[in-house]
Amino acid sequence: MTRTLWDSTVGKKTIMAVTGLFMLGYLVAHMVGNLKIFFGPGEFDGYAHWLRTMGEPILHYEWALWIVRVGLVAAVVLHGVSAYQLSRRDIKARPAKYVHKRPRASYATRTMRWGGIILALFIFWHILDLTTGTVHTSFEAGHPYQNVIDTFSTWYGNVIYIVAVLAMGLHVQHGFWSAAQTLGVGNATRDRLLKTLANILAAVLTLGFISVPVAVMTGVVS
Amino acid sequence: MKLTLRVWRQRNAEEPGAMATYEVDNISADMSFLEMLDTLNEELTLAGDEPVAFDHDCREGICGACSLVINGDAHGPERTTTCQLHMRSFSDGDTIDVEPWRASAFPVIKDLVVDRSSFDRIIQSGGYISAPTGTAPDAHATPVPKPDADFAFEHAECIGCGACVAACPNGSAMLFTSAKVNHLNVLPQGAPERETRVLDMVARMDEEGFGGCTLTGECATACPKGIPLPSIAAMNKEWLRATRKVRR
Ligand code: HEM
Ligand code: SF4
Ligand code: FES
Repeated sequence: MTRTLWDSTVGKKTIMAVTGLFMLGYLVAHMVGNLKIFFGPGEFDGYAHWLRTMGEPILHYEWALWIVRVGLVAAVVLHGVSAYQLSRRDIKARPAKYVHKRPRASYATRTMRWGGIILALFIFWHILDLTTGTVHTSFEAGHPYQNVIDTFSTWYGNVIYIVAVLAMGLHVQHGFWSAAQTLGVGNATRDRLLKTLANILAAVLTLGFISVPVAVMTGVVS
Repeated sequence: MKLTLRVWRQRNAEEPGAMATYEVDNISADMSFLEMLDTLNEELTLAGDEPVAFDHDCREGICGACSLVINGDAHGPERTTTCQLHMRSFSDGDTIDVEPWRASAFPVIKDLVVDRSSFDRIIQSGGYISAPTGTAPDAHATPVPKPDADFAFEHAECIGCGACVAACPNGSAMLFTSAKVNHLNVLPQGAPERETRVLDMVARMDEEGFGGCTLTGECATACPKGIPLPSIAAMNKEWLRATRKVRR
């Protein structure tokens, strides 16, 4: 069955849909967690600490967090490799372009590939910035509140983050509805519902994530 | 009316092709697009030139042979087959681009004619169905619930023209394959091979070099028979069900 899935275009899309929905679930939790920044450093840093103690006492310190991290890396890799292989195949299946060009498909649909690449690059940058602090100007482990303020006090920090969040919104808008089709949940009667859900998810995630840099830039959070 | 045509000319599969420009005059709005091309071909033949090769058969919109990309749209600006497209959809003085279906699984044979035998091989891979010949069976011999009959009929309308592949930016045959799979898989006649049919047809589709589905929706927009986009989701559901049931 694993081979059937991996060798088939339909199977590979299934893998993309499942990993995509898993990442989407994570993004919702991540976005909601980020909003705690509006309640001050005590609440935000305390929440970051809880992420490390979550699962205790059954699990040891940081075990639950590492399980989530391993799951996310697996999802990103499977999703990315499938996207790459399917895209290669798609381009090969349509080598000659039409002489008479006309605009095709919606913006969100057309930007899945470039949007995905932007997201992959952003994930790297984001980890080096706010998890390891490698590219951060004044990183201090255990003080995420201050680290976030510092990131959004640089112009490039804001630009990178906002561009990535907009790309994420578009990716989710087409991705969520697509995943429903891939998994066979979509049908004619549910189509409007699924599209509405996709739009709401994309809008809520985009606004939620963008509220943080905007709040820092406008001094609401400092 | 008077029209300028820019038509893809290619002598054979090996040689590269190019767009060639022709003028046609005295075209009536009541002519079909293919009759307009017939007019061009008569003139070309009289002038001692090679006529433009294009596929056609029934000219009634039921066989699926005609296949032209007209001004970038598979089957042209109306939602119908090229043979049922009439010149009243164009205006005097228009320049019209005419190109063949483009997909690596549909190689050009000559001018506007492409080889669509990859579709036949997808159908063949689906295997057996019980199709009694001779006198028509009694209408109530095999009961089929009305919604299932409607669903099957909607998909049986596919004429295998390949416009879906031509319109798809990935050259994907998912809409065609889903029409064939859904048509048979919902009916009692198709039940014995329900799982193997969808697995084999999807595998064959991949082997033929069609692209994957990115749910762009161009296929369903181009389809002259209105096979809807959710058909693809329905086939995905069948495929996932079959992978769970059949061990390979
Ligand atoms: C590593 C970075 C990423 C890359 C390179 C990437 C790339 C892609 C591409 C190219 C597609 C379209 C594939 C196709 O239709 O054939 C896609 C679909 C999708 N992506 Fe991503 N993506 C990335 C990250 C994400 C993230 C973070 C999420 C979480 C929200 C996500 C969720 C989805 C979903 C739900 C789909 C639809 C799957 C389907 O069509 O069944 N992706 N991705
Ligand atoms: S699905 Fe529609 S466009 Fe595709 S082959 Fe069948 S009739 Fe033609
Ligand atoms: S020639 Fe038969 S469908 Fe157009």
